[in-house]
Amino acid sequence: MTETTIFRNESTKPISSKTANIFGFLLPGIVLITLLLVWSLISFTNLFPTYAFPSPLAVLKSFTEEIIAGRLLNDIVASLWRVSVGFVLSALLGIPFGLWLGQHINARRAFVPMLNFFRFLSPLAWIPFAILWFHIGDKPAIFLIFMASFFPLALATMSAVATIPNIYFSVAKDYDIKGFSLITKVVFPAVLPQIITSLRVSCGIAWVIIVAAEMVGCQDGLGYGIWEARNGLRLDAAVCYMIVIGLLGMIIDRLLNQLTKLPNIRWGYER
Amino acid sequence: MKDKIIKSQLVLENVSHNYGAVTVLNNLNLVVNSGEVLVLVGPSGCGKTTLLNLLSGHIKPSSGIIKREGIILTVYQQDGLFPWLTVVENISLGFSKLMNDAEREAELKELIELIHLNGFEQYYPHQLSGGMKQRVEIARVLAGDSDILLMDEPFSALDYQTRLRMRFELIRILKQKQRTVVFVTHDIEEATQLADRILVLTNRPTTISCELTIKSPRPRNHSDPSVINAITTILQEMKL
Ligand SMILES: Nc1ncnc2c1ncn2[C@@H]1O[C@H](COP(=O)(O)OP(=O)(O)OP(=O)(O)O)[C@@H](O)[C@H]1O
Ligand SMILES: [Mg+2]
Repeated sequence: MTETTIFRNESTKPISSKTANIFGFLLPGIVLITLLLVWSLISFTNLFPTYAFPSPLAVLKSFTEEIIAGRLLNDIVASLWRVSVGFVLSALLGIPFGLWLGQHINARRAFVPMLNFFRFLSPLAWIPFAILWFHIGDKPAIFLIFMASFFPLALATMSAVATIPNIYFSVAKDYDIKGFSLITKVVFPAVLPQIITSLRVSCGIAWVIIVAAEMVGCQDGLGYGIWEARNGLRLDAAVCYMIVIGLLGMIIDRLLNQLTKLPNIRWGYER
Repeated sequence: MKDKIIKSQLVLENVSHNYGAVTVLNNLNLVVNSGEVLVLVGPSGCGKTTLLNLLSGHIKPSSGIIKREGIILTVYQQDGLFPWLTVVENISLGFSKLMNDAEREAELKELIELIHLNGFEQYYPHQLSGGMKQRVEIARVLAGDSDILLMDEPFSALDYQTRLRMRFELIRILKQKQRTVVFVTHDIEEATQLADRILVLTNRPTTISCELTIKSPRPRNHSDPSVINAITTILQEMKL
């Protein structure tokens, strides 16, 4: 799959020298400050009406309000919970399913067209069903997260299994590894680096979907926060939620990226 | 790990093999003697890997009989180590499940010393050089109570100097841990320095065009008369 290579190189180039380290903070810092300056400048010149273009100061003010009121933390927890549950569920089902598909040609023939169909169907299309089936609360959001990440995960795992070099199976046969331990001792570790890459990709998708899911089916969460801010014409609050969503997404990806540093996974990124 | 072979038998009787329309082996007869180092040389694509796969049982012959006795393990050309396991974990794949922890520890230590990889026990294959990886492969097949080792161009992916060094390493290791060895190579010098017996194979469909026995003791210098004579004979046989 094409998207599985996107993150590959990031951590393979160790930034070791001191100057590289300084630039690592300095360059993004310059971009950030420039962005803030441009933002301030536009809001200062009143190009847009204040209610449609909040100033950095207004956003900062609503940040403190939201934190003090406890809403922001509550919404963060709600969104993280939904994404975690939906994501873990889809990994628990999607990865074994992909491993199984990868080993059985007829299963692949049977399931792949269906999996591809659902992969290309935007999970947001399920919103009406999610609400009718699960009403309001965590469940519809979890369902949508599941629908967003299950299919890409299963497919990526399956195609990773297909690329396992034959020699590993010969070696497994030499040392009498077969049946279930063939899966746990050879197939799974052989595809783990690719699975982790695809976990990062689908976690990114899930984090994007949660915002939309919470706008319709929930009474809290970061997506709901944006929706409510819009309804109250409080775009300063909306921006503050947007910043939190983006930052949290970056942090989650960083955490998942830590997995690629584990020594028994690292090899998959060294080639 | 055994120091000696207990029993080993490897016999091909009228073995033919074809992939679809391509006949690779035609009525081949071959007896591998217990304890010998048998080296196969032959042109690329003549079916040496196929022959080893038949011997190991990874593929079944189209016709003919293969008799095996003893545990057979293969050293692969490259990338035969599991990259998600450390040196020690890879070697331990060969250990029998009946061994207790103390026995494993002792054998691991002996094997690591045998292949001169002290200090690299916890390294992963991608952190090793090509020669080190092949030494780990050799340790792994020795750990497995093996009687017969099949080696498919185990050193051909290495640079020239490392290849020379590995040749003598293997001779040293086999002196301590006697095994029956079937060794495939393109390198005629390697063949003559390692072998008790050399079989020169023809192009497809493959037959044995010439058989040489070299009696002089190993390690053999490349200027050893027995080595030079054998090289000359093989080159003539291959019309080179
Ligand atoms: N799985 C396969 N399916 C079809 N044909 C095959 C297969 N494996 C090998 N062959 C064919 O059988 C012939 C012998 O292949 P083999 O790999 O045994 O040669 P080889 O002597 O090991 O060559 P080399 O010295 O290049 O490694 C080749 O012509 C090859 O095309
Ligand atoms: Mg070959």
